Amino acid sequence: MQTGDVLPEQAYTVTRADLVRYAGASGDRNPIHWSQRVATSVGLPGVIAHGMYTMALAARALDTWAGGTGKVRELSCKFTKPVVVPDDDEGVVVRVNGTVKQVTDAGVQVALEVTCGDDKVLGAPKAVLEA
Amino acid sequence: MPVDPTLAGRTFPPTAAYTVTEERVREFAAATGSSYDGGAAPATFPIVVAFGAMTGLMEDPEVGIALHRVVHGEQRFSYTRPVVVGDELTAELTVDTLRQIGGADIIGTRSEITDADGKPVCTAFATLVHRGPSDDNDDTGGEA
Repeated sequence: MQTGDVLPEQAYTVTRADLVRYAGASGDRNPIHWSQRVATSVGLPGVIAHGMYTMALAARALDTWAGGTGKVRELSCKFTKPVVVPDDDEGVVVRVNGTVKQVTDAGVQVALEVTCGDDKVLGAPKAVLEA
Repeated sequence: MPVDPTLAGRTFPPTAAYTVTEERVREFAAATGSSYDGGAAPATFPIVVAFGAMTGLMEDPEVGIALHRVVHGEQRFSYTRPVVVGDELTAELTVDTLRQIGGADIIGTRSEITDADGKPVCTAFATLVHRGPSDDNDDTGGEA
Protein backbone atom coordinates (compact mmCIF):
# COMPACT_ATOMS: atom_id res chain seq x y z
CA MET A 1 0.00 0.00 0.00
CA GLN A 2 1.20 3.50 -0.83
CA THR A 3 0.19 6.96 0.29
CA GLY A 4 -2.82 8.12 -1.68
CA ASP A 5 -4.01 4.64 -2.64
CA VAL A 6 -7.78 4.42 -2.88
CA LEU A 7 -8.78 0.97 -1.67
CA PRO A 8 -11.53 -0.97 -3.47
CA GLU A 9 -14.99 -0.42 -1.98
CA GLN A 10 -16.39 -3.29 0.07
CA ALA A 11 -20.18 -3.63 0.23
CA TYR A 12 -21.82 -5.78 2.88
CA THR A 13 -25.47 -6.71 3.28
CA VAL A 14 -26.85 -6.73 6.82
CA THR A 15 -30.09 -8.52 7.73
CA ARG A 16 -31.99 -9.00 10.99
CA ALA A 17 -30.72 -12.58 11.07
CA ASP A 18 -27.13 -11.27 11.09
CA LEU A 19 -27.91 -9.07 14.09
CA VAL A 20 -29.41 -11.95 16.04
CA ARG A 21 -26.36 -14.04 15.26
CA TYR A 22 -24.04 -11.19 16.28
CA ALA A 23 -25.96 -10.68 19.54
CA GLY A 24 -25.22 -14.28 20.42
CA ALA A 25 -21.59 -14.19 19.28
CA SER A 26 -20.75 -10.89 20.98
CA GLY A 27 -22.83 -11.17 24.15
CA ASP A 28 -24.56 -7.83 23.44
CA ARG A 29 -28.20 -8.82 23.68
CA ASN A 30 -29.66 -5.30 23.91
CA PRO A 31 -33.20 -5.68 22.43
CA ILE A 32 -32.91 -2.50 20.32
CA HIS A 33 -30.88 -4.72 17.98
CA TRP A 34 -33.61 -7.31 17.46
CA SER A 35 -36.98 -6.05 18.77
CA GLN A 36 -38.93 -3.50 16.73
CA ARG A 37 -41.14 -2.87 19.76
CA VAL A 38 -38.26 -1.96 22.06
CA ALA A 39 -36.35 -0.02 19.40
CA THR A 40 -39.29 2.23 18.57
CA SER A 41 -40.19 2.67 22.26
CA VAL A 42 -36.84 4.41 22.82
CA GLY A 43 -37.34 6.67 19.81
CA LEU A 44 -35.36 4.77 17.18
CA PRO A 45 -36.80 4.48 13.66
CA GLY A 46 -36.55 0.69 13.91
CA VAL A 47 -34.18 -2.12 14.81
CA ILE A 48 -30.61 -0.86 14.42
CA ALA A 49 -27.33 -2.70 13.97
CA HIS A 50 -24.98 -2.80 16.94
CA GLY A 51 -22.44 0.00 16.52
CA MET A 52 -19.84 -2.69 17.05
CA TYR A 53 -21.40 -4.67 14.20
CA THR A 54 -20.74 -1.80 11.81
CA MET A 55 -17.23 -1.41 13.21
CA ALA A 56 -16.68 -5.14 12.63
CA LEU A 57 -17.60 -4.61 8.97
CA ALA A 58 -14.97 -1.85 8.77
CA ALA A 59 -12.45 -4.30 10.26
CA ARG A 60 -13.52 -6.94 7.74
CA ALA A 61 -12.75 -4.52 4.89
CA LEU A 62 -9.34 -3.81 6.43
CA ASP A 63 -8.62 -7.56 6.57
CA THR A 64 -9.57 -7.86 2.91
CA TRP A 65 -7.29 -4.98 1.90
CA ALA A 66 -4.44 -6.22 4.12
CA GLY A 67 -4.74 -9.76 2.77
CA GLY A 68 -5.68 -11.44 6.06
CA THR A 69 -6.51 -10.96 9.72
CA GLY A 70 -4.09 -9.90 12.44
CA LYS A 71 -2.67 -6.83 10.66
CA VAL A 72 -4.69 -4.15 12.46
CA ARG A 73 -2.68 -2.20 15.06
CA GLU A 74 -5.19 0.58 15.79
CA LEU A 75 -8.87 0.95 14.98
CA SER A 76 -11.20 3.73 16.07
CA CYS A 77 -14.50 5.42 15.24
CA LYS A 78 -17.44 7.34 16.62
CA PHE A 79 -20.96 5.97 16.27
CA THR A 80 -22.73 8.86 14.60
CA LYS A 81 -25.79 7.52 12.76
CA PRO A 82 -27.68 4.29 13.32
CA VAL A 83 -27.85 1.60 10.62
CA VAL A 84 -31.55 0.76 10.47
CA VAL A 85 -32.07 -2.86 9.43
CA PRO A 86 -35.47 -3.67 7.91
CA ASP A 87 -37.46 -6.81 8.69
CA ASP A 88 -37.12 -8.35 5.23
CA ASP A 89 -34.85 -10.75 3.36
CA GLU A 90 -32.95 -8.03 1.48
CA GLY A 91 -31.56 -6.19 4.51
CA VAL A 92 -29.51 -3.06 4.08
CA VAL A 93 -26.11 -2.42 2.48
CA VAL A 94 -23.17 -0.93 4.37
CA ARG A 95 -20.29 0.33 2.20
CA VAL A 96 -16.70 0.64 3.41
CA ASN A 97 -14.19 2.78 1.54
CA GLY A 98 -10.62 3.53 2.48
CA THR A 99 -7.72 5.77 1.51
CA VAL A 100 -4.10 5.31 2.53
CA LYS A 101 -3.07 8.53 4.27
CA GLN A 102 0.50 7.77 5.20
CA VAL A 103 2.97 4.90 5.15
CA THR A 104 5.76 4.88 7.72
CA ASP A 105 7.84 2.26 9.52
CA ALA A 106 5.24 2.47 12.29
CA GLY A 107 2.45 1.36 10.00
CA VAL A 108 -0.02 2.20 7.27
CA GLN A 109 -2.57 4.84 8.23
CA VAL A 110 -5.93 4.28 6.57
CA ALA A 111 -8.83 6.75 6.63
CA LEU A 112 -12.15 4.99 6.25
CA GLU A 113 -15.59 6.05 5.13
CA VAL A 114 -18.47 3.84 6.19
CA THR A 115 -21.85 4.65 4.69
CA CYS A 116 -25.41 3.34 4.58
CA GLY A 117 -27.46 5.02 1.87
CA ASP A 118 -26.44 8.69 2.00
CA ASP A 119 -25.42 8.62 5.66
CA LYS A 120 -21.93 8.34 7.07
CA VAL A 121 -22.72 5.95 9.89
CA LEU A 122 -19.30 6.04 11.56
CA GLY A 123 -17.53 9.26 12.53
CA ALA A 124 -13.84 9.64 11.69
CA PRO A 125 -13.23 5.88 11.30
CA LYS A 126 -9.53 5.17 10.92
CA ALA A 127 -6.99 2.44 11.33
CA VAL A 128 -3.30 1.69 11.40
CA LEU A 129 -2.20 -1.51 9.68
CA GLU A 130 1.05 -3.33 10.21
CA ALA A 131 3.76 -1.87 7.96
CA MET B 1 -29.98 11.21 37.90
CA PRO B 2 -26.32 11.63 37.07
CA VAL B 3 -23.84 8.89 37.84
CA ASP B 4 -21.58 8.85 40.89
CA PRO B 5 -19.37 11.95 40.44
CA THR B 6 -16.39 10.20 42.03
CA LEU B 7 -16.37 7.58 39.27
CA ALA B 8 -13.43 9.06 37.34
CA GLY B 9 -10.20 7.25 38.14
CA ARG B 10 -11.90 4.16 39.54
CA THR B 11 -10.69 0.73 38.42
CA PHE B 12 -13.15 -2.17 38.55
CA PRO B 13 -12.27 -5.77 39.38
CA PRO B 14 -10.95 -7.76 36.38
CA THR B 15 -13.36 -10.00 34.54
CA ALA B 16 -13.18 -13.78 34.85
CA ALA B 17 -10.83 -15.34 32.28
CA TYR B 18 -12.44 -15.81 28.87
CA THR B 19 -11.12 -18.71 26.82
CA VAL B 20 -10.91 -17.96 23.10
CA THR B 21 -12.02 -21.13 21.36
CA GLU B 22 -12.11 -21.79 17.65
CA GLU B 23 -15.90 -22.14 17.84
CA ARG B 24 -16.33 -18.69 19.39
CA VAL B 25 -14.07 -17.02 16.83
CA ARG B 26 -15.75 -18.88 13.98
CA GLU B 27 -19.20 -17.79 15.16
CA PHE B 28 -18.10 -14.15 15.61
CA ALA B 29 -16.60 -14.08 12.10
CA ALA B 30 -19.67 -15.73 10.61
CA ALA B 31 -21.97 -13.18 12.28
CA THR B 32 -20.28 -10.42 10.30
CA GLY B 33 -20.36 -12.39 7.07
CA SER B 34 -16.70 -13.31 7.27
CA SER B 35 -15.01 -16.65 7.84
CA TYR B 36 -12.27 -17.79 10.18
CA ASP B 37 -9.15 -18.88 8.35
CA GLY B 38 -7.25 -20.32 11.31
CA GLY B 39 -5.13 -17.22 11.96
CA ALA B 40 -5.85 -14.23 14.15
CA ALA B 41 -9.35 -13.50 15.42
CA PRO B 42 -11.23 -10.60 13.77
CA ALA B 43 -9.93 -7.21 14.96
CA THR B 44 -13.06 -6.30 16.91
CA PHE B 45 -13.28 -9.70 18.64
CA PRO B 46 -11.77 -8.29 21.90
CA ILE B 47 -15.03 -6.33 22.37
CA VAL B 48 -16.47 -9.61 23.67
CA VAL B 49 -14.10 -9.43 26.63
CA ALA B 50 -14.31 -5.64 26.99
CA PHE B 51 -18.10 -5.86 26.90
CA GLY B 52 -17.95 -8.09 29.98
CA ALA B 53 -15.98 -5.40 31.79
CA MET B 54 -18.39 -2.68 30.64
CA THR B 55 -21.34 -4.75 31.84
CA GLY B 56 -19.67 -4.89 35.26
CA LEU B 57 -19.55 -1.09 35.31
CA MET B 58 -23.08 -0.62 34.03
CA GLU B 59 -24.65 -3.12 36.41
CA ASP B 60 -22.85 -1.88 39.53
CA PRO B 61 -25.73 -0.42 41.60
CA GLU B 62 -23.43 2.12 43.27
CA VAL B 63 -22.49 3.67 39.91
CA GLY B 64 -26.08 4.67 39.07
CA ILE B 65 -26.25 3.83 35.37
CA ALA B 66 -29.66 3.07 33.83
CA LEU B 67 -28.78 0.50 31.17
CA HIS B 68 -31.52 1.41 28.68
CA ARG B 69 -30.22 4.99 28.55
CA VAL B 70 -26.66 4.04 27.61
CA VAL B 71 -25.46 4.46 24.05
CA HIS B 72 -22.05 3.62 22.70
CA GLY B 73 -20.52 6.90 21.54
CA GLU B 74 -17.02 5.99 20.50
CA GLN B 75 -14.69 2.99 20.36
CA ARG B 76 -10.96 2.60 19.90
CA PHE B 77 -8.74 -0.50 19.96
CA SER B 78 -5.00 -0.40 20.32
CA TYR B 79 -3.42 -3.83 19.80
CA THR B 80 -0.16 -5.12 21.21
CA ARG B 81 -0.78 -8.39 19.36
CA PRO B 82 -3.74 -10.08 17.66
CA VAL B 83 -6.04 -12.36 19.62
CA VAL B 84 -5.58 -16.04 18.76
CA VAL B 85 -7.39 -19.27 19.62
CA GLY B 86 -6.22 -20.59 22.97
CA ASP B 87 -5.89 -17.16 24.59
CA GLU B 88 -7.30 -16.76 28.07
CA LEU B 89 -8.23 -13.12 28.25
CA THR B 90 -9.11 -10.87 31.16
CA ALA B 91 -10.28 -7.26 30.99
CA GLU B 92 -9.76 -4.66 33.70
CA LEU B 93 -11.79 -1.51 33.25
CA THR B 94 -10.84 1.95 34.48
CA VAL B 95 -13.04 5.01 34.16
CA ASP B 96 -10.60 7.55 32.73
CA THR B 97 -12.92 10.51 32.36
CA LEU B 98 -16.39 11.65 33.39
CA ARG B 99 -18.03 14.75 31.95
CA GLN B 100 -21.57 16.11 31.94
CA ILE B 101 -22.84 17.57 28.69
CA GLY B 102 -26.45 18.68 28.25
CA GLY B 103 -27.77 16.43 31.00
CA ALA B 104 -25.86 13.38 29.76
CA ASP B 105 -22.90 11.70 31.43
CA ILE B 106 -20.02 11.08 29.05
CA ILE B 107 -18.06 8.18 30.52
CA GLY B 108 -14.63 7.48 29.05
CA THR B 109 -13.55 3.91 29.82
CA ARG B 110 -10.35 1.98 29.18
CA SER B 111 -10.26 -1.80 29.37
CA GLU B 112 -6.82 -3.37 29.54
CA ILE B 113 -7.04 -6.85 28.04
CA THR B 114 -4.31 -9.23 29.12
CA ASP B 115 -3.50 -12.89 28.52
CA ALA B 116 -3.03 -15.74 31.00
CA ASP B 117 0.53 -14.54 31.73
CA GLY B 118 -0.73 -11.04 32.47
CA LYS B 119 0.88 -9.72 29.30
CA PRO B 120 -0.96 -6.97 27.37
CA VAL B 121 -2.92 -7.99 24.27
CA CYS B 122 -5.15 -5.03 23.53
CA THR B 123 -6.54 -1.87 25.08
CA ALA B 124 -10.18 -1.13 24.33
CA PHE B 125 -11.33 2.46 24.88
CA ALA B 126 -15.10 2.94 24.93
CA THR B 127 -17.00 6.18 25.40
CA LEU B 128 -20.40 5.54 26.89
CA VAL B 129 -23.09 8.21 26.72
CA HIS B 130 -25.56 7.95 29.60
CA ARG B 131 -28.49 10.10 28.61
CA GLY B 132 -30.73 11.89 31.08
CA PRO B 133 -34.30 10.59 31.61
CA SER B 134 -35.76 13.45 29.51
CA ASP B 135 -33.87 12.11 26.51
CA ASP B 136 -35.72 8.78 26.41
CA ASN B 137 -37.38 9.69 23.11
CA ASP B 138 -34.35 11.32 21.63
CA ASP B 139 -33.16 9.49 18.54
CA THR B 140 -29.94 11.41 18.07
CA GLY B 141 -26.53 10.23 19.08
CA GLY B 142 -24.91 6.85 18.97
CA GLU B 143 -25.98 3.30 19.39
CA ALA B 144 -26.08 1.04 22.36
